[in-house]
Amino acid sequence: MRYFAARFLQTLFLLVGVSFLTFLFSAMAPGNYVDEMRLNPQISPEALASLRARYQLDQPLPVRYARWLVSLAHGELGYSFAYNTPVAPLLWVRARNTLLLTLTATLITWALALLLGIWSAQTLGRLPDRALSLASAALLAIPDLVLALGLLILAARSGKFPTGGLVSVNFEALSLFEKVRDLANHMTLPIAALVLTTLPVLVRHIRSAMAEVLDAPFLRAAAAHGIPRRKLVYRYALRAAAHPLISLFGFSVGTLLSGSLLVEIVMSWPGLGPLLLEAILARDLYVVIGGVLFSMLFLVLGNFLADLLLYWADPRIRARAGAK
Amino acid sequence: MEPLLHVENLEKRYETGGLFGVTKKVTAFADVSFALRPQTTLALVGASGAGKSTLASCIACLETPTSGRILFEHREITGLNEKQLRAVRPRIQLVFQDPVSSLNPRLNILDIVTEPLNIHRRLSEHEKREHARELLDRVEISWEKVLRNPEELSGGQKQRVAIARALALKPKLLILDEALSALDASVQAQIANLLLDLQCSLGLTYLFITHDLKMAAHLADEIAVMQNGRIVELGAAERVFRNPAHEMTRQLVKAHSGKDLTPGLV
Amino acid sequence: MKPLLEVVDLCVTYAVPLHEREVALSGVSFVVERGETLGVLGESGSGKSTLAAALLRILHANGKIERGLVTFEGEDLMQLKASALQRIRGRLIASIFQEPLIALHPAIRVGQQVENVLAAHQPASRRAVREKTLEVLRTVFATDAERIADSYPHRLSGGQRARVLIAQSIVCRPSLVIADEPTASLDSLTQLEIVALFRSLGDQYKLSMILITHNPFLLAALADRVLVLYAGRVVETGPTQDVLSSPRHPYTRDLLRCLPPIWHDGTSRKSALPVIPGDSPSPAASHQKCVFEGRCADRMEVCTAREPAAVALTNIHKVSCFKYGG
Repeated sequence: MRYFAARFLQTLFLLVGVSFLTFLFSAMAPGNYVDEMRLNPQISPEALASLRARYQLDQPLPVRYARWLVSLAHGELGYSFAYNTPVAPLLWVRARNTLLLTLTATLITWALALLLGIWSAQTLGRLPDRALSLASAALLAIPDLVLALGLLILAARSGKFPTGGLVSVNFEALSLFEKVRDLANHMTLPIAALVLTTLPVLVRHIRSAMAEVLDAPFLRAAAAHGIPRRKLVYRYALRAAAHPLISLFGFSVGTLLSGSLLVEIVMSWPGLGPLLLEAILARDLYVVIGGVLFSMLFLVLGNFLADLLLYWADPRIRARAGAK
Repeated sequence: MEPLLHVENLEKRYETGGLFGVTKKVTAFADVSFALRPQTTLALVGASGAGKSTLASCIACLETPTSGRILFEHREITGLNEKQLRAVRPRIQLVFQDPVSSLNPRLNILDIVTEPLNIHRRLSEHEKREHARELLDRVEISWEKVLRNPEELSGGQKQRVAIARALALKPKLLILDEALSALDASVQAQIANLLLDLQCSLGLTYLFITHDLKMAAHLADEIAVMQNGRIVELGAAERVFRNPAHEMTRQLVKAHSGKDLTPGLV
Repeated sequence: MKPLLEVVDLCVTYAVPLHEREVALSGVSFVVERGETLGVLGESGSGKSTLAAALLRILHANGKIERGLVTFEGEDLMQLKASALQRIRGRLIASIFQEPLIALHPAIRVGQQVENVLAAHQPASRRAVREKTLEVLRTVFATDAERIADSYPHRLSGGQRARVLIAQSIVCRPSLVIADEPTASLDSLTQLEIVALFRSLGDQYKLSMILITHNPFLLAALADRVLVLYAGRVVETGPTQDVLSSPRHPYTRDLLRCLPPIWHDGTSRKSALPVIPGDSPSPAASHQKCVFEGRCADRMEVCTAREPAAVALTNIHKVSCFKYGG
């Protein structure tokens, strides 16, 4: 228990530290939202000055940070200059869209990676393994951007898939079943892009973790006892290989919000990525901070989850943690 | 003759944390006292978990005992700080049981045996070779193996390399923690002979930890029997083997009598 | 009566990258009768572990059985398909491997691991399996069987882990148990306990056993007959008493002389032990000579010409050495 209390505190510290650094760097970046507006001759300098005062951009940094922390304690993430609305609901809608994409993609990727990785490890050095290695090397070599664009071209040429957006224009008018189908249709390409870019690395890790375990003495001993093959692989080998894989899984969870940035932008998926990009360019300070913080939360949660899973999965870690 | 190593009432206790912070006190060993004269061998015999390895760690200054004193070369070495210990460490060296894990698989033999010297000051290639040649000669490893990796050597050869490394800093006391236990019988004989030779030629003193009473009786001048962290019998090797006083010793002797075996020793 | 297991001319090689194939076993032939314990005396490099793995065809990926006939209860094991083999493993022929700590899955409770073996061959309700497992565990552990069943391997002592391996091997009442260095990592007192356990189990279940070890004392305590393995060849076989007290092959003789003597009056302590000079030979594709020749004190000219054949000194004691013909 002490183990987890310590981790929890660490998490808290991490979040506070990140928020401060993000605040610092964003605020230190030259220019701010109001200054950008100066380029627009239609806005008078008085209006700009009043805006600046209203958003407290003329206050010293520590003061602004303190004010922001206070409002955070109230559950308020600040105010977006560009959208003229509070940050939190804005983030939430976009994050939901992103999660829809990434959760599905992650599940598919892991399922595929496990199957392929285990198959590769079982046929180590032989044809299936070599073919898979070649394929994953090829996929790795293709830059994510090129892959996403390639899929986009495919969509445009074949006309089978929509080339962007969350849903079709007539979404509201559709029945429930058609709505679901429409959403799925729009999700296919972005998910394909995400899966294809993250699959190769995962397959490699699973392959090497499994290959090591498959040759381990306890597995050969279990085989010698006549334990059937399927049980050997899934109940015995996979459990023992879990250690590195759980860490990877934690990482997957951690990048649920941040990993799809590129794909969302290319495929015009209205997720957190495009929002953040716009906000950075427009110097929309609180959106940036809120977005980064939100992503960071997921990253940290992902790690924490991995620790929990590891603790549960490996009794030796339980013993060591208890022995401290 | 003045003892080289003198251990007085040494004790080592641990606290292991259970769940929810409930701690358990575990005594690795207690009330341990003995003296080791120079150029002799003391064998520490006992079952697993008797506390032998922890005792070895404490004497080698890898762990700190909870109470008691260790006197080495008439100086007290318990309670010295790291800087002071640096002068003592080269004179007490360890050889471990598992030659596979105690030799770095990424280094070749040349680097392995000269590593202790290299840490104190960087050696030139030439100096390294000089030292290595001398060390490998002593343990009878042929020079052609010097650039090989440990995995290319047999178990016995690996253990010779481990001994060579232990000799690099010219120690006075060598602690052998089950150093022969992982080897085949014929190889054990070879290494045992090597150890006896080295004791003569280099004037070494050995603390020989083992569960094999026969080898202990063969190599040692004195035997100390440990049970549950305490020394239950201590005396001349021959006496302990032939007339065991303590029940534990009697059991060990019985376990080693090789009941029906009378090997053809003709 | 037909022997339980008959092995004829077993030859196993390993592929080594960038090198010729290594020969781990060559021309190995022996039988195991019902109810007897055959001891295999071998040091590192003798091929003993390969023998254990080859009989059940669980060699490493780079190992290959070049030729050989292995007949168990009349069936040729080398011809069986994978599914039939899986049914034999654990149920008819069980094995105990070295290093109990690594032979057990680190994250599964030991009771469960024993149950898995039983469940793999005799599917029954979970409760029945658990009951039967506990029964076997009680035979193997005098006390505390339940608590130990619920423990993880790293929480048990070396001796307890060894007993778990033994439990795994007998839970399906096999006809033959192959034990590869079952006591290697244990201290001498625990070894004695395990020896006693083997004895009582052997009597109770009428087991036949192949006991592989480098420790002659273990064989003296448990084996009826001994087979001496050197560099993948069988150099001597015979009744334990004969082989260990009057060994015929120079290797066996020299090996037994290496052991520190239990003193008879007159042997000096701290004297040099007799040794076999040199190291065990590296496994090469073919030795066109006797494998022990390089280290043999009794070598003759013919020893470099070809490999010796097995010579029967009596109808139960065989040697492969030119000193006796061949």
